[in-house]
Parts: sequence; structure tokens; C-alpha cells
Amino acid sequence: MNNKFLMPLYLLKDHMNNLIKGEKHDWEMVIGLEIHAQVKSNSKLFSSSSTKFGSSPNSQVSLVDAAMPGMLPVINKYCVEQAVKTGVGLNAKINNYSVFDRKNYFYADLPQGYQISQYKYPIVGEGKVTIDFKDGTSKDIRIVRLHLEQDAGKSLHDQNPSKTYVDLNRSGVALMEIVSEPDIRTPDEAGMYISKIRSILMYLDTCDGNMQEGSLRADVNISVRKPGDEYGTRCEIKNLNSIKFIKQAINYEAKRQIEILESGGSIEQNTMLFNTSTGKTRPMRNKEEAHDYRYFPDPDLLPLEISKEEIGKIKSSIPELPDELKNKFIETYKLSNYDASVLTAEKQTSDYFNETINSDSELKNHAKIVVNWITSELFSLLNKNNQDLINSPVSPENLGQLIKLISTNEISGKIAKDVLEDMFSSRKTARQIVDEKGLQQVTDQGEIAKVIDEVIAENPKMVEQYLAGKDKLLGFFVGQAMKLTKGKANPKMLNDILKQKLNKKN
Amino acid sequence: MSKSSLKQTLQDLESKKISIRELNQDYLKRIKEKENLNVFIHFSEENVLKQIDNLEKDNSTKKLKGIPIAIKDLFCTKSMPTTAASKILENFNPTYESFVTQKLLDEGSVFVGKTNLDEFAMGSATNTSFFGNTINPLSKENEPLAPGGSSGGSAAAVAADLCLGATGTDTGGSIRQPASFCGVVGIKPTYGLCSRWGIAAFASSLDQAGIFSHNVEDASILLQSIAGFDQRDSTSAKVDIPNYFENLDDNLNGKTVGIPKEYSIDGTPIEISQIWEDAIKVLEKKGVKIKNISLPHTKYALPTYYIIAPAEASSNLARYDGVKYGFRSDEINSLDEMYENTRAQGFGREVKRRILIGTYVLSAGYYDAYYLKAQKVRKLIADDFNKAFKECDFIITPTAPSAAFPLNEKQNDPIKMYLNDVFTVPASLAGLPGISIPFGKDKNNLPLGIQILGKHFDEQQVFNAAVSLERSYE
Repeated sequence: MNNKFLMPLYLLKDHMNNLIKGEKHDWEMVIGLEIHAQVKSNSKLFSSSSTKFGSSPNSQVSLVDAAMPGMLPVINKYCVEQAVKTGVGLNAKINNYSVFDRKNYFYADLPQGYQISQYKYPIVGEGKVTIDFKDGTSKDIRIVRLHLEQDAGKSLHDQNPSKTYVDLNRSGVALMEIVSEPDIRTPDEAGMYISKIRSILMYLDTCDGNMQEGSLRADVNISVRKPGDEYGTRCEIKNLNSIKFIKQAINYEAKRQIEILESGGSIEQNTMLFNTSTGKTRPMRNKEEAHDYRYFPDPDLLPLEISKEEIGKIKSSIPELPDELKNKFIETYKLSNYDASVLTAEKQTSDYFNETINSDSELKNHAKIVVNWITSELFSLLNKNNQDLINSPVSPENLGQLIKLISTNEISGKIAKDVLEDMFSSRKTARQIVDEKGLQQVTDQGEIAKVIDEVIAENPKMVEQYLAGKDKLLGFFVGQAMKLTKGKANPKMLNDILKQKLNKKN
Repeated sequence: MSKSSLKQTLQDLESKKISIRELNQDYLKRIKEKENLNVFIHFSEENVLKQIDNLEKDNSTKKLKGIPIAIKDLFCTKSMPTTAASKILENFNPTYESFVTQKLLDEGSVFVGKTNLDEFAMGSATNTSFFGNTINPLSKENEPLAPGGSSGGSAAAVAADLCLGATGTDTGGSIRQPASFCGVVGIKPTYGLCSRWGIAAFASSLDQAGIFSHNVEDASILLQSIAGFDQRDSTSAKVDIPNYFENLDDNLNGKTVGIPKEYSIDGTPIEISQIWEDAIKVLEKKGVKIKNISLPHTKYALPTYYIIAPAEASSNLARYDGVKYGFRSDEINSLDEMYENTRAQGFGREVKRRILIGTYVLSAGYYDAYYLKAQKVRKLIADDFNKAFKECDFIITPTAPSAAFPLNEKQNDPIKMYLNDVFTVPASLAGLPGISIPFGKDKNNLPLGIQILGKHFDEQQVFNAAVSLERSYE
């Protein structure tokens, strides 16, 4: 189920109480995330092979990716720029000097026997991102670092009962590892944080943000403590690729740790795997079994030096980011923090909003209506039809036209919903549909009065009851009159005239 | 035996005194006669004849057209298998051509075969090869001598006149020491002058391709052919390559030579000290100023090298895991077992020893004490040279602490074997160019080499000093 047009997660829940109740105490979770974001780039970090997703196995493997003897890595400058861009978007320090290191370990889908990563000197240093809560408050999550590294290939264990196959298409693809401080205290905050990172990356166009295809995944470090205590021993849950799983895994793991601690045990520093079908975590390896990666600077690569000028150039190419845009929307259109956050959570949404509201100068005065039509009516239609805003059958211009028809009282809001559905399926403009079906609102006083007279005449008993004090029946009369006008009567005029006429009877 | 030089041969080909076919058949004949030396890991007469056929059809002029060249079997070649003298690559056929060998092919040279070496270039006697020892062509009967290493096959190929030049690689002395042992010229250029692309890596920060030849002029011609920037190697240098041969100048008048006192070490055979002094005297006569210099960190060079090189090797050789290419053990019940058995059976003792050392020095808890410290010392060694080169134009030292030793000596004593590199390793750590030229004999009439070191990318000065010494020695 595609739920990306529902409210952003971080707007759904208040962050009132961060503590969870154990049997004996209240506990606080301490959570840090390592996000692995695939750099949006046509070619790999150290080779010119394509990064296209879903190609046939081993069709995108160069001699370098397969670690043939004598093959050497050459840095892809575009990936470096993308990392710098991302660093700027994370309000982080860009390091003029960084170093690629080798992380040595053996695995069948790691052709070199080492992963080229950055260890001591990452390309991006400390930064922060802000997450917004529904109640209007916000919180900063500090970023420790961002570094560039290679992805490994994929081991396919399910192709043959006795053999493992290796697909090296992913081998060498550029990843950005974004490491947070353990500033996160709840599963919801974790979800909000990764949503925010995803949003920033997508605004910057440095990662496609596609979690299903693995373009964005996270390792979660989690420990629990009694409020005010030192940090407890943490466990790391590896390779989670949806926000839902991240929250499930944190909840399960926190409970597991609390149970151990409350029954007098202690936490072993383990690396855990999360089983998405059972919702449980299980240990993958413990501290003793942990690899000694023998990091050392890769002698095949020179240190990466980026001049201030280059960084300046990249900075100046950066588009407006969600937080800036949010503040701009609040200021320009007097939107609430909530509405502005919904609009800016995804770049496609804010782009759509911008295009809609700029399609007619009149609409700027009806920004709130524009927001509502996008985030509730259009989103629910897209959701129902499992479609994407980018490919929306209703263009921003056409939605603008529809809203203009509402704001000028040409059609009622109720009719507009039907028109939108029609637009969605027929791809006609609002104007076309309204004209073809004659849906213009009836604003002729005489015509409305005539219909009301008809309704009053046909329902003497109801009139009697209304006059006897059953005010609720007003709705009945409105409904009847609307039925007769096929919903086209201007609701305000209908109400006014109806009241007038009924009161005259008194 | 009288060997014709590359320079002379090029003239003979030009003047049609000899044809490409005649020339190469002469070399083929000798290669077959000298099979007992075990110079080549791969040799195919058919392959050589095919190259000649193709060259005969080719009307373009090429600088090295028809010149027989031997290739160290560490360079990946499309037309011949590439083994690195290891069982683990026994049947490996690259689909690509290394930068250096491609350059030689572009110039029209004929590859006569792939020469033997120490497994993955780890050794100083060409005795760690999976394909057996190479025998030094200067050996007397029943007294086989080591050709030095690791490029012993290439040095022997030139010494036995099985080619007019050969490629080698030098990580800590692997060109210069075998050149000294076999009585030929061997140059290791500045780190970064020749691309490492397509050379199976031993220690990336030290590995450098170079040339063996009969004389300095030939070396200057061949080095120019294989040098140059390559964007596929990030450590490749963007420098202009001069025409070393055209610029050769044996007039050293007014130049200053540095004589590092730290290279006089106890236990050095008297003949070696003697040729060093002889060389200094020759230079003095040529108007060269003699400057005693100090390279104070020299004594740390060997231990530093034997930390850094194995560290890099332990990582560089991780790719030989039986998964993608090369040898894979038959005895596999799990992934770990595949690694263990493949690498246990695929690598020889010396390679395993160095992987172990390298793994150890990079391990958590030891990294700072070994690898990091070695890197710092490496910097000090490089600084020593930088300082020294402010006072001199080039430096001369002996190439190796001994002449060629008997084949089986030092086989079981790695430390003794490592000591062979004592004079060559410092320049490797500093990335400097160095050449070894034959300059005298020991009491058994075995050749001894003199090493000339130059500033970064000053190969021209190295060649000039070398050609000057060579001409006075001849």
C-alpha cells in the first residue's frame, strides 16, 4: 500500500511523553541512526559502470567493480559534489581534506576483499537537522558526519538449493553514510528524522529516496536507560529499509532490552537483524565476533582536497530546502506551521503547490483553500488510484482553475469534488466539465426562491414542526432544495432565503 | 657473447640490414636454447610468429617496431596468460592490457614471453615463484646462482640476451637488485611516472614499473615509451616526459654527487665498497663535486618497508578469494572454508608470511605502533632525501650488499633475504628514481651494481650520470 500521501509521520503524533513504562521503572530510549543513502549519479563511485536499478545480474560490472588484478579506483567527481551538496543541506561543515580508507573483510559479494570508505577524515563533519512536531515545537538532531563509501554486491541465496550466486551490479555504487548523534528518544522521532533526511536529499536531488529499492536504508543504534542515567549498552539493528520497520524494530528491541535489565540481566553489545515477518530482532554477531576491519588509507587514491571556491560554487547551486521553503510559505501565504510542513515534506508537493498557486494571480488570496485541495482531495484521489503526484492526471494549472471556479462562486465546493473526480478520470479541464454538464452554481435569487417555495409547499407538516421549534429540520429543507437544483444552488443564498421564507410563515 | 643493443638494432632494422623476422628468429633460437634457465612462465613461439606476421603487414612506422621485449608476468596482457607467479592465478587470462604493455604494443614491439618472478613480486631471488626458480645466466655449471628478485626473470632474460629489453616492477628494489645480480641496467623511475593500471598490485604506494636493458641508452629509449599520465591510475603523475635518449649528456662537469655515509654498513664485502669508491673517483675526474651527505633515518628504512609493504599487500591480495577468477580449492563445505582452503593452497609461503605480517600490523591495537609509526618514519626518510637534494644533483650508492648468491642460500631465512633490499628500499619509500648499472666485479667475476638516485621526476639526471659512468667503465 502506497501511503506516502498520508500526513508526514512527524505531524501525526505529539511528543509529549518520551518514556516507556517497564514493570519496575520508566525507561528512556537513546537512539542514533546511520543512514545509508545511495548517491544519485549515473555512474559508480570509482568506476564508470551504470547504477541503473533492476538491470539483469552482472550486466553493470566493470573490471574495477569485479576487482580484477591490477584494476584501480578513480574517484567520480560528481559523487563528491553530491556529498558536498548534501553536507550543505544538513547544515554541516564541509571538510576541505578527506581521505578514503579501506575497510577490510571477506565476503562473497565484496570483490576487492575491502570496501573503500572514509574513516578518520570524512568529507562532511558536524551538522544538524530539525524535526517539527504537530504541536508546533521542534527539535534538532545533531549529525556527527557524512562520508562516502562503496556499496557491496548482492549474494543471491535463493536461486539454487546448494549454491549462492553473486550479483555485482551494486558493487561500487556510491553511498553516503549519514551518522546522527544519539539525540533521538522515540521511534516516532526516528521516523521523523529519517523522513526529514529523505526530504532534504530529495530536494537536493542527491538521492532518489526510494526506500523500497534500497536507495535509503538505516542501521539503528539503540539503548535504554533510566531517565538521567548514563547511556546504557547499545545494540545495532542492521539494514532497515522502511520507516515502519525502523519503528517496529526500535519498539521490539527497546522492550527486549528493558525486560533483560528489569530481570537483573545486562545487555550484550550485539549486532542485530530484524525479521520483518515476525517483527523481532535477533543477534547476528556479538562484540567478540565483531570484525577487525583493519582500516587504513587506500594507497590507490589520493586524499580528496576540495577548495573553498569549489565548495562555494556547489553551495550557490543549492535549491531552496524544506525548512526555508516552509518559512517562506508561512510568511507569504500566511499558512499555519502545520500546513506549511505538509506542503514541504516532499519536494513534489511543494513544487505542485507552487505551480498551482502561481497559475492564477487570484489564487494567492486563497492559499489555504489551495492547500486543502491538494493535501486532502487530490491526495486521497491519488492514493485511491495508487498514483504519484508527479504523474497526477490533474495538472497544477487545472487544479488552479478548479479552485478559481470555487473562489468565484461559479461552482460549489461540493460540486467541485465531483468535478475533480471527473478531471482525474477524463483528464478534461474543470471549465470543460462545468460547461458540458451545466454545473454552474445557481445564484439567481428568483430561481432559488422558486425552488424553496416548492419545497415549503410540498412539506407542510415539516414546516409546522420547524416552526414549533425543531430547528434541526432546516437541514432537511436545504437538502430537498439542493436535490431539486442538482446541488447547484449557492449554499449561502439558499440558506438565507430559506430562513427568510420560513420565518415569514411564523 | 656479444650482444647487440636496442639502439644498434633499431638502426639495423631501419637500414634493412636485418628484417624483423630475422631479428626475432635469432632471439627465439636463443630462448629455446636457454630453456633450462626457467626465465619464462609463458613462452609461445607461435604467439611470437603471429606478432611478426602482423608487423610485416603493418606499413606504419613505429618507434620499437619488431623489437623483442620480455614482460614480467605481473603485467596483465591480453595475448598471454598472467599469473603473478602464483598458483592462485595459474590459469588467468586477462581481457585487458596493462597501460605499460599497451604502450609497448603501440610502439610495435614484439612480446617474446612472460618472465618469471617471485610470487606477487614478494622476494629477492625469484625463488618464491610457483613455477620454480629462475637461474642466473651468469651461473657457472653445477653452481646455479639466484638472479635476484623479484623481477629476476626479466633481468635474466636481458642478461642471457633473450630480448632487447624487459619490463619489471620495483617495490623495494625488485628491478635494481636483480639488475645488479645479472649485470644489466635496471631503472625504477619516480613513483607515478608509469601507470600502475593493469599491474597486479603488491604494495600500491611503492609499486612502480621500470625497464631492464643492456645499457643506459637503451633504458632511456624504453623508459620514455612506457612513461606517461594515465587517468585510470589516481597516483599517476601529470608530467611532461622528456626525450631521455635525445637529451642524454655524459658531461657532468659542475654537478654535485651526494655520498650518504649511512650506506657504509658493517659486513659489506670489500669489493662493494671498492666499486663505490671507484665510481666516486670517476665522477671526481669528470669534474663532479663530491659531497658527503647524511640520510639519518636510513637505518629505519628496512623495518619501515617491511611494515608498509606487507600491510598494503595483505589488503591488495584479499581479492584472490576463489570467488570470481583464478584458483578455487575443491575442498569446500562453507564460505569460510572456501577462503581458507583456496588461499592456503593458492598462495606460497612467502606470500602467506607477508599477508600475516600485514594483517598483524593493521590490526586494532597494533595499528598505531606499527603502521602509523611506519608512515611517520617514511615521511622522515623522504625528508632526509629532500634535504640532501638541496645540496646535490644525484646520489650514488651500491645497489645491493652482495653479488648474486647461490640459488638455495637464504631460502629459509627471511630476514637475511630481506637485507638484500637495504640499499634500494629507502628510495622506494621516498618515491625517488633509481637506476642500477653494472660497475665492476667481485672476486668470483660476478657483476656488481652501482645505484644512482635522483630527484623526483629527474630521470634525465639519473640517466646522464649513469651513461657517464657506464661510458667510463666500458
